[in-house]
Amino acid sequence: MALSNEIIQNNLIEKFGDQVLNFSTASGILSFESSKEINLKILQYLYEEPSLGFTFLTDLCGVNYPDNIGAELVVVYHLHNFSENIRLRYSVSTSIDETAVFTASKLFESANWMERETYDFFGVNFIGHPNLKRILNVDEMDYFPLRKEYPLEDQTRIDKDDEMFGRG
Amino acid sequence: MEHQTNITLPKGSIEKTTTTLNIGPTHPATHGVFQNIMEVDGERVVSTEQTVGYIHRAFEKLAERRPLYQITPITDRLNYCSSPINNMGWHITCERFLKLDLPKRVDYLRVIIMELARISDHLICNSIVGVDTGAYTGFLYVMQYRELIYEIYEEVCGSRLTTNIGRIGGFERNFTNTAFTKLEKFLDEYPKVLKEFENLFARNRIFMERTKGTGGISAERALNYGFTGPNLRAAGVDYDVRVQQPYSSYQDFDFKVPVGTTGDNYDRFLVRNAEMYESISIIKQAYQKIQEFKGTDAEVYHADVPEYYLPKKEDVYTKMEALIWHFKIIMGEIDLPKGQIYSAVEGGNGELGFYLVSDGGRTPFRLHFRRPCFIYYQAFEELIKGGMLSDAVVTLSSLNLIAGELDA
Repeated sequence: MALSNEIIQNNLIEKFGDQVLNFSTASGILSFESSKEINLKILQYLYEEPSLGFTFLTDLCGVNYPDNIGAELVVVYHLHNFSENIRLRYSVSTSIDETAVFTASKLFESANWMERETYDFFGVNFIGHPNLKRILNVDEMDYFPLRKEYPLEDQTRIDKDDEMFGRG
Repeated sequence: MEHQTNITLPKGSIEKTTTTLNIGPTHPATHGVFQNIMEVDGERVVSTEQTVGYIHRAFEKLAERRPLYQITPITDRLNYCSSPINNMGWHITCERFLKLDLPKRVDYLRVIIMELARISDHLICNSIVGVDTGAYTGFLYVMQYRELIYEIYEEVCGSRLTTNIGRIGGFERNFTNTAFTKLEKFLDEYPKVLKEFENLFARNRIFMERTKGTGGISAERALNYGFTGPNLRAAGVDYDVRVQQPYSSYQDFDFKVPVGTTGDNYDRFLVRNAEMYESISIIKQAYQKIQEFKGTDAEVYHADVPEYYLPKKEDVYTKMEALIWHFKIIMGEIDLPKGQIYSAVEGGNGELGFYLVSDGGRTPFRLHFRRPCFIYYQAFEELIKGGMLSDAVVTLSSLNLIAGELDA
C-alpha cells in the first residue's frame, strides 16, 4: 500500500501516543513536532521502521521565534522516503537559554555539517556531535547571527557615522 | 663548532610520520575558495579537514529583510554556473507558496532556460575534470558553447552570469527571435561538439586510468551523506527531482535519468555527459511545444497575476492599473500569506531546496537554502582517504563544488 501522510500520522500516534503533536499538512508535506528529548527516538523510528523508511535527511535548519517564550529556537528536519517519494517535516523546539538538542549525526552523516551550520547561526548545542564548531562564520565570533535579536545591520559597528547616511 | 643541546622541537614532531599539507583557500587546483588541511604520507592522503565559509555572505539573513522579488538576485550568487536554475527554483517556490498557476508556455520557456543552464553547468564541471587530468583542449573547445548559452541568456534577460532571469509569474519579456535563432544554432551545433568532447575523454586511456576507481562511493553511503543530483545518480540511485516531484511541467517531457554504478569520478563524468544529451532532447521537445502555440497563446510569457508580477515599465508610465500594482509591489503593500513551504528543483549539482517560513509580513520570516554541494562536500574525506593526492584534486573538481553555493 502506498504510503500517505495519513498513514504516517496514524503510525506515529500509535507508536508515540501524545508525545507527537501539532500535525499539519502544508503544500503536501506532513509536519509534526515533539519534545526535544525524544528527537533521536523519533528520527530512528522513522529511519528503521520498514513501513516508513525515511532514510534520507534532505535538510536540517534552525528557526528563531523570539516571541515563543521557552521555545525560541526550532530545529527543523526535512526527511524524504525515496521509494515512496514522500517528504516529511519534523521539528523540535528548545529554549534559547538551554539549547541542548541531541545530534542526528550518528544516524545521518549529512547532519554533521548541517548541525554545525545550525550551531553557527542559532547557537543550538547539539549533544554528542563529533565536531561542533563554527563552519561558515569566523571562529572568533561571539554571537549567533541569525537569531532575531541581531538586526540585519551590525549594531556593534563604531566605524560608521550614521548621520552621514541620513539616519541619525 | 659548539654542540647544540637546547633545541626545542614542537611536541610530537619527531614521532610524526606524516606531512601536513595546506591546499587552498586559493589554489589553481581547487577551482574556487576551498581550503583543505591534508595529512599526507608520501603521496597518500591520510586524512583531510575541509574548511569552508571563505565567501560566506549571509544570504539567509539578507533574505529576511527583502521582499520576494529582491531575493532573486541573491539566488544568482549561489551556484553561479547555473544561476537561471536558482532563479527559477526561487520563482517556483514563491509561486507554489502563493498558489499561482502558470501558463504552459511559460513553463516550457523556463524548461528551455533551465536545461541550457544545466548544460552549461555540466559542461564546466566535466571540462574542468579534463583540465585536472591534463587535457586542456576539451575545456577550451566547449567554452564557446557556454558562450552561446550565455548569449541566449543575454537575449532573454540582459545579463550573462548573475542572470536574475524572469520574475514571479513568468518572464520580464517575451523571447526575441534572436534568442530562438541562437537556440536553434545551439541545438544544431552543440550535439556534434558534445560527441567530439565525449570522444576526447570517455575512452581515453589516460583519462580512464586517472578517474576510474578514484573518489568512489557506494549508493548507501552516498544516501547517508545526503548526496543528490549527478553525484548520487553516479552511485546508482535514480533520484531526480524533475521526475520525482515535477515542477514547471517536466512531466510533459520524455527523458531518461542516466545512472552509474560505482559512484567514482569516471561514472560522475559519464552521468553528466549523458545528462547533457537528455537536456538537449528536453530543449528540443520544449521548443517544439512552444512552436505549437498559435495566436495570442504564442505571445504569453507571464501569468496574469498583477499582485505579484511586476508590470512592464512602459505600462507603469501609461496605464493606471499597472501604476497601482507597481506601486503596491515596490512599496511592499502586499503581505505574504502565513505558512511555510519546502520546495525543491533539480539544480546543476543536486537538489536545490528552498525552505520558506512566512509570518504574514512583507518579507520571509526565515529562508533557508538547501545547498546540495554544502551537504555532499562532507563526504570528501571519505572519498579521497587512502588515495593519491593527485586523485584528490580530480575528485574535488568532479564533485562539482561551487564555492558560492557552498558558503551561501
